[in-house]
Order: sequence, then C-alpha cells, then structure tokens
Amino acid sequence: MIRGLLFLLLALGAPALAQTDPAPVTAQPEDVPETAQGEDARQMAPVQDTAEPQAEVTPESQDGDAPLPDEPAAAPAETDTETDTGSQGEADPQPEPAPEDDPKPEADPEPTAPEQAVGGLSQNRVSITAGFDGSEIFVFGAVMREAPVPTEAGPLDVVITVEGPTLPVVVRRKERVLGIWVNTESANIDEAPSFYAVATTGPLDQILTETERLRHRIGVDKTVRTIGARAQVEDPQSFIDAVVRIRENDALYTRQDDTVDLRQDTLFSTEIVLPANLVEGDYRTRMFLVRDRQVVNVTEQVITVRKDGLERLIYTTAHERPLLYGILSLLVALFAGWAASEAFRFLRR
Amino acid sequence: MQIYLPIAEVSVNAFLLLGLGGLVGILSGMFGVGGGFLLTPLLFFIGIPPAVAVATQANQIVASSLSGVMAHFQRRTVDLKMGFVLLAGGLVGSALGVRVFTMLQKIGQVELMVSLCYVVFLGIIGGLMFIESWRAIRRSRKPGARPAPRKHHSWVHGLPFKMRFRQSQLYISAIPVLLIGAAVGVLAAIMGVGGGFIMVPAMIYILGMPTKVVIGTSLFQIIFVAGFTTLMHATSTQTVDAVLALLLLLGGVIGAQVGTRIGMRMKAEQLRILLAIMVLVVCFKLALDLVLTPNEIYSLTTGAAH
Repeated sequence: MIRGLLFLLLALGAPALAQTDPAPVTAQPEDVPETAQGEDARQMAPVQDTAEPQAEVTPESQDGDAPLPDEPAAAPAETDTETDTGSQGEADPQPEPAPEDDPKPEADPEPTAPEQAVGGLSQNRVSITAGFDGSEIFVFGAVMREAPVPTEAGPLDVVITVEGPTLPVVVRRKERVLGIWVNTESANIDEAPSFYAVATTGPLDQILTETERLRHRIGVDKTVRTIGARAQVEDPQSFIDAVVRIRENDALYTRQDDTVDLRQDTLFSTEIVLPANLVEGDYRTRMFLVRDRQVVNVTEQVITVRKDGLERLIYTTAHERPLLYGILSLLVALFAGWAASEAFRFLRR
Repeated sequence: MQIYLPIAEVSVNAFLLLGLGGLVGILSGMFGVGGGFLLTPLLFFIGIPPAVAVATQANQIVASSLSGVMAHFQRRTVDLKMGFVLLAGGLVGSALGVRVFTMLQKIGQVELMVSLCYVVFLGIIGGLMFIESWRAIRRSRKPGARPAPRKHHSWVHGLPFKMRFRQSQLYISAIPVLLIGAAVGVLAAIMGVGGGFIMVPAMIYILGMPTKVVIGTSLFQIIFVAGFTTLMHATSTQTVDAVLALLLLLGGVIGAQVGTRIGMRMKAEQLRILLAIMVLVVCFKLALDLVLTPNEIYSLTTGAAH
C-alpha cells in the first residue's frame, strides 16, 4: 500500500516538475535528467524501497500504519517521505536529495521498533440491518518483541482508540430572543468524528504526554477540532465542548480508562461498544503501545460499518432515485389505507 | 423490538411507533384531521430528526386519510366538488411550502418555524373553536332552544365566481375555497401536517359547511396534498423514511377506521369541543417548550445535505 502510494506520488511529481520547472533556466540542467525520465523515478523508487523494509517487517499483522523505525519519529513514515518528495518537488531537485534519503532510513539505529503491536478485531464488518441495536467489538492484540522486555524503561501501557468517519458538524446555539428560544449563533466544526472511543490501561492524561496525545490525536479533546470557526464566533471552545457533551450523552464519545486488559505485558484486549445510532463508514481502530508517556508503536485496523439488506436498499433508493422512492412510498401508503378500509368493511359484514 | 430507521439513522421501538400511529389514526378518523399536529411533535420527542419527522409524517397522513375517507365515502359524506377546488389551491400552496422548508433547513430555523406555526395556529384555532362549541353545547342543553342558525351570510358570500356545492348545500364563491386550500398547502409542507386542523374549522366557520360533510371532504383533499408533499420532500430533501412511515401507517390506517366509527356516534358540538381541547393542549405544550429554558442550548446538524 505504502509503496504504491509513494510510486504514485513520484509518478505524479515528476510530470508536474517537468511542467513547472522549465521556467527557471538555472534549474533546468539538473532538473531535466532528474525528473523528466521514468527511469529516474524508478531509480528513486528503490530508495524508498530501502525505507520500506522497516515498514514491512511486520506487515503480517495488517496493512495499516506499519511499525515505525524509531520511536520519537513515530509520526507515520508515510508522511515523512511524502513531505520529502514534496520538498523535492518545490526546491530544485538535485541528485543529492535522493541519496540523502538513503542514509536517513539506514541511519535508524534500531533495525525495527523494539516492541511492535499486532492487533485484531472480533469483526471487521458491522452490518446495519433493520434489527440493528448496537454492536460490541472485541479488540485484541499482542506485543511482538525481538528482545526481552526492556527493564530500564517504564511500564508498558496500551491505548486503543476507535474513530468513526469525520463529518462536518454545524453547531447552533439558542438564545432567548423576545422571550422565546431561537437558534442564533452557529459554528462549523470541521473535524469531529461521528464516533470516538478511547480505552486505556490507565488514566489517559497520566500515561501519555499532552504532546503525544496531540500528535496522535488521542482523546476527544485532541480530536474534535475546528479550523474555520474561530472567525465566526467569539468562543469556539464552547461550541466544541457542546459537540463533545451532546455526543457523550448519546454514547457516541466514550472514554474508558482502565478498561484495556493487559496480560504479562504481552496480550491486551478490550471491548468497544458501538451504539445503535451509528453512521456508515470506516471506523479506524488504532492500538498504541506506550512507555514513559511516549507512543512506542502503533497498529491500525478498520471496522467497516455499512447499512445492509433492506436498509441499504431503502437508503440508496431514497438518495439515487428520489422520485421513484417517493412514488413507491405513496403507493405503499395508499395500499395500506385501502386495505385497512376494505378489511374493516369485510369484518363488519 | 428495536428497529433501525434507514433514513433517520436512529434505532427506535417498533411497537411504540405502531401505537403512536394507531392513536393518531383514531383522532384522524374522528375529527377529519390528519393527526400530524400531534404526531410530529411526538416524533421529535422520541428522537427522530425534525426534517425526517416532518417529511415522513406526510406519507403516513396519506394512508390514514385514505383509510378514513373510504369509510366516509360509504356514508356519502364527502363533497367531491368542494374537495377538488380546495385541492387546486392546496397543490400550489404545497409546492411553495416545500421551498420555504428547504430554505429554512439551510439556515437552521426549521424547528423554530415549525414550533411557532404550531403555537400560533393551534392557539387561534383551538381557542376560537373551543368558545364556539362551548356556546353551542350550552345552547343545546337549554330545553326548547333550537340549534343556532347555520346559514349566516358573511363577507364570503358576497364574492364573485360563485359555485354550487350540492353535497354541502352551499352556493358560494370559489375564491375563499382556493385561498383556504393554498394556505393549508403551505402549512402542510412546512409543518408536516395534512392541515386538517386548520381546514376543518375554516370549512365550518368561514365556508359554513355542515360538520359531517366537512370531515370527509377535508380527509379527501388531505390525501392529495399530503401525497404531493411526500413526493416533493422525497425529491428535494430526501428525508422520507420508508420504514418509519410503514410502521406509523400500519397503526394509522387501523386507527382511522376505529376513529371514523366513534365519530359517527358523537354529536357535532362534542366532536368540535374535543378537537378544540386537544389542539389547545398541544399548543400549550409547544409554547412552553419555546419559552422555558432548554436543557441543552446547543444543537448539532451533521453533514451538508441535512
């Protein structure tokens, strides 16, 4: 997956360069050989490839965020390389940057993260059918080590998050106008997952630093954010708080400290409850290994939530063939009305 | 038994919906009202998103009104000619109303407008009807008192384009009939109601129709207005929930049959005063909600489509 993505980036980057760069004359000489040719892209690809093995060491687990080379740079390798290629694209790319890429991954002192998470789910798919009344997902995993349990480091903690699809939310606030309550101010919250659950082995604020939580978006307060609302309203925070509060009341946002069961620093498991009022989409499940308040490793799984059967049919018909849907609804109503009337007439005889 | 509603995207108890539909169906058959003015607030209350409640409601009204009107047809208490004229106005009003609804939805004032409409209209109509029917009942209790003269001539009877409505024993202008139809159409679309609770009093008091004919005729035209509203909502806002509608109308059609039979056994004044009391109770409850400080002053709307 990651490799494909990089390829794509490179492939896209190369023609873009070829188009934009000809203008600066100075850049041209180095530029043309570097980017315009497909071989070069391929030449670069191996470079990425060398970066990859580390990412691929454990992929038996799954295809999500592969374990990362070193713990401070725990930010996904993907974005790392992405920005690299990006900067390459803007600055005059010289032959050097590519080789420079080379030593970087190699320079990683540890061959792989000393501890890696391998995760699984009791089910990857949740079907919303007519009788759907919520679901419980069993999230489990193990810690893979090449070396014995590090003794000098702090205790191991596990944080598991499940995040529903993010949809923009409009939050409206009521105010009393002329004696009645009217929606007045409103704010758009751009980033608010429709569902968010955190389960941990200990108090979230204590086992992770603020920065780590912010970096990995762990915890509702770090996940529900707003980008544009600041200009619209004076106190965007109160609108964000409202989203969190309302969704917590609906059991859409949950925080369950101490609910992850960790056995012998190796096996962990927890149960995540998905309520009945779910939105369709991919629910990203991340499992973090934490030591000394830092994320050591992360692995990802996806729960797919889909309407199914009749529910699916109704939903798609309503949205894709609204007229047909409306007529069908009417016919059903008319038939029911007629049938009831006839049935009663029959009964009276 | 919980059931997941595909458009509303919430899970609710199926029997609760059947029961609600049945209750409203009874009222519908008794009074010739669609029952939407009761059901829509009740649906809000059990957590159905307002937009879905309003649109789906219209579909349910089609079913219970047809069920009711068929019972009335058997008793020849439907004025078809009057119904069609009302309908002509109603369709125009309904198309307009759906536009207004879509616009209100965008600016986030649907709930307020719906509530305000309810309070204002229910208040006025309920109040007037209550006073009138109270007087009628008192008059009828007096020994020897004759029923109030029905055919009083008002401004309505002075307008041009007169038509004869045989079933209603009326010879009046088509203009007020069209206007009433249109006004009801607009409200039907915005409030998710058939408009019966406005239509019925208007026909009795403005047009001067006999109460027995009013109910059947009102139901007759509501079928079309509500049907049209359903189609408009299905195509423009996509908020008609088929599963919700089905559950409501299953209860509704049965209730309507029962209600029609109860209604036949009651006196016109009694029917009117009961309807008036019901309308006033709903009105009072909604007014209270507008004025009292809500528990949660924030509300969420997800996605751009809603």
